[in-house]
Formats: sequence, C-alpha cells, structure tokens
Amino acid sequence: MISGTKAMKTKTKQTYHFGMLIDLDRCNGCGSCMVACMSENNISFRPDETDKQTSITWMRMYRISNRKPFPDTERCFLPMPCMHCEGKESGHSPCVSVCPVTATDYDRNTGIVSQIPSRCFGCRYCMVACPYHARSFNWWDPVWPKGMEQMLNPDVSVRMRGVVEKCSFCYHRYQSARDKAHLQGRPRIEESDYQTSCTEACPTGAITFGDLNNPQHRITQMVNPDRNLSGKPRNPQVFRLLEKLGTNPSVYYHSSKQWVREVSDNHIDDKGRS
Amino acid sequence: MSRNTRNSSDQQLPGSVRLHALAFMLGFGCLLLIGWVAFPALLYKNTPQPLSFNHRLHTKIADDGCNSCHFFRKDGRFSGIPGIETCRACHTKVETGGDSETQLIRDYIAKTVEIPWQVYARQPDSVFFSHAAHVRSAELGCETCHGDIGQSAVSRHYEENVMTGYSRDMEESMKMDDCANCHEETKQDGASAQTDRDGCFICHK
Repeated sequence: MISGTKAMKTKTKQTYHFGMLIDLDRCNGCGSCMVACMSENNISFRPDETDKQTSITWMRMYRISNRKPFPDTERCFLPMPCMHCEGKESGHSPCVSVCPVTATDYDRNTGIVSQIPSRCFGCRYCMVACPYHARSFNWWDPVWPKGMEQMLNPDVSVRMRGVVEKCSFCYHRYQSARDKAHLQGRPRIEESDYQTSCTEACPTGAITFGDLNNPQHRITQMVNPDRNLSGKPRNPQVFRLLEKLGTNPSVYYHSSKQWVREVSDNHIDDKGRS
Repeated sequence: MSRNTRNSSDQQLPGSVRLHALAFMLGFGCLLLIGWVAFPALLYKNTPQPLSFNHRLHTKIADDGCNSCHFFRKDGRFSGIPGIETCRACHTKVETGGDSETQLIRDYIAKTVEIPWQVYARQPDSVFFSHAAHVRSAELGCETCHGDIGQSAVSRHYEENVMTGYSRDMEESMKMDDCANCHEETKQDGASAQTDRDGCFICHK
C-alpha cells in the first residue's frame, strides 16, 4: 500500500557533523553530566552501582593525575561519552566496522554513531573494538523502583537484557528539533534547537555542542577543525583522545595544561615514541 | 490387454485408493481451515473500542477536516489521539441522542476521563515516527499509511496479536519493511555508512 504512493519530495542535501568540546579547565568532576544523561536516556541501574563491571553509564568520569609528588600534584577530570568516531574514511568507526547485524551504524548526515538496541543481539564485538570503553552491556533487564517507571523519558526506548548501549548524543533531541523545523518549514535546525542533556546540565559550562560543519557554531570556532586532516583541531590547546589511532572522534577536549594533553595520547609523540 | 478393459479399470479404482484420496482431501481441507480460520482466530484477540466513532460524519461537520482533532503542537509533535478536551469543545450537551454521544458525555466528558482508545497504528517503543516530516515536508496524505479510516462510519474492533502484543493493522501495513520500502524508493539521505540506505536513527529511537 505504502510503496505505491507518490514519491516524497527530496530536499536539498544537508549535512551536519555534530561534535562536542569538553573544556577540562572548567570541568570540576561534579558528575552532573552523568546524572543528567542517566535520567534523560532511561539508563538502568543496579542495586550496587559501585560495581563498575556491571553498571551502565553513557558518560564515564575518569580522574587523571600528573603523578608528581606534593606539592606539584595536579589532577584533572575527564568526562568520556561515546566519541562518535568517523574513522579515516567516512564511517569506518571501530565499532561500526565490526557489527555483524548493522545494529550500530555511522550516520553520514549527522556524524553520529547510532545504536539500535532492538536490532542488537549482544555479541559484544563492538565493545571489544571500541578503544574508549564507551559501550556497556545489559546483563539484566532494567528494574525500576516502584513508581519510577512513570518518570521515564518517552522519547528514549528502554533497553532489554542482552543488548549493548551507548551515548547517542541525545539523538532524540535532534529528532524533536527536526520535527519543529519541518513544521516551521525551515530546511535546517539552529544551534540552540539541538543541545545534549549533559551540555545543558553542566554547571560550569564546560561542554559545548554543535555542528562542526557550520562555521557559525561556537564549537567550530573554538576547535577550528582541519577537514583535510580528518578534523584534527587547529587550536593547539584542543585535542582528541588517542588521536594517533586514526579513529577520528567527534569529541574534542580543551586543556591549557601540557601534561593533560600528553595523557590524551598515552604520552606518545608524533614519531610514535612514548 | 485390450484398450477397453484398460479404460474400464481406470474408471473403477480400487476402494482403498479412493478412500485414501478422500482422507487426503479431508485432511487438506481441515488444515486449510485451521490455517485460514482457526489460527488467526486464536492469534488475534478481538476487542471493541470503548465508543464507536463516526469519522465520516465528523470530517463533514468539522471545520478543518482531519486537522480539527489530529493536529500539530507548536513544538512539531503530532497530537494523534485527541484528548477529552477536544471532544468537549463541541459536545457540551447531547444533541443527536445517539448511543455513542450519550455515552461520551455521560461517561467521559462529564467526569473528565480520557477515552481509553485502542490505537490501531500504535508502533513499538523503539520506533520514532515524525508526522511533521511525512505530512508537512513530504506532503503525504493521512490515507497513505492509515488507509480510508477517515471514511469509516463505525469503529471496527481492535485486533491484537496475542503473541507480539501489537495491532493487526500495524502488522499488515505498517511494518518496518513498509517504511523501508518507501525510504528505499525515495532515499532521504542515504546516510548509513554500512548500507548506503537511510540512516537507522531516521525511524528509530
């Protein structure tokens, strides 16, 4: 019935590349982003959340140190969502290239690595492939304390036992933004239409989110990505994690401290020496 | 053996063969009946709607056709099933004296209780469907997916697949394949790196 209808109007090609910049100078490790993410995305939790082998989070907070004795000790907090790697060629992300059932996919229109839990069958190959440990496995069906299921976000589907999940850059907010744009007849969405939950929750404003292809967006002005070098930042204080692996992540970090920037690539210099 | 005798022996098959043929036909017929009648009857649970709604009558009277009750909110979301306040806007007192209208006012509007409609087109939780994209930008009519429900005079029974919990209407014309076929033909962005077809997140959440 549906296939025989008149063709939909194809619109002009519009390509976004959504990315995130986390300013580590501003991040104080409060964990608001993690809490906001969990409630926004209906992430299930265990009775004992201290067991990090079985707990699930889409935004993991690491604490790193320069490993110097007092009084030169310095610490830094490193929030890590899914990096939404583009890979060297468009879409050759570590996880996407190994998924046997197309449950995870690179979306060339948004630069977002999608994860469709209802399609996943839980082989966890993607978790092995991900160099950032951004993915989690559901070992149990989610159980909500009585009454709490009323507070679940209807825009995000709850995952079942046996599937992998990860950060989606709050893709449902992009869908809502597009809905609004369709209704208003706008071809593109604005920067303020689509912001992730963690970006809004961060009390110090450490997280900037936007379209890396749009020179008007704050993130593009701060990162100044070089598209000829797979989006490598031109800003010398901006870096990406494990840059030398060539995963080409969409998440950037900013730090004014030299040692923090070195940790990001395991102290490996340009010639591959540590 | 002469030709005549062979013909007569063909016409008069041994009794056991005829019995077997009869048994086969009976069994075949029984299985067909089970497959076509008994299994669907067991598989689908039939429940009537709380009220019988006359779409044909309402679309004639309402100012803005379908949009009078099924409208877009300002944020781009679609208000699919109208709330009781939408009914109340017109139905303040019984005018026609029909059973459905009397019931509507007595049981729902007077008590401000939402009508527990069973939605023929309810999709699984993992599906994101944008009415704005299809109705406004692609200019598809409601009937493209919902059929001629706008012309119906009574609400037919809701049929639920007892194994999946989904509506029969959805299984017959609103499956993922139905979405994918149209998206294959009209390719919106072809953004998927794995398949070169439309990205998964276009329709999933």
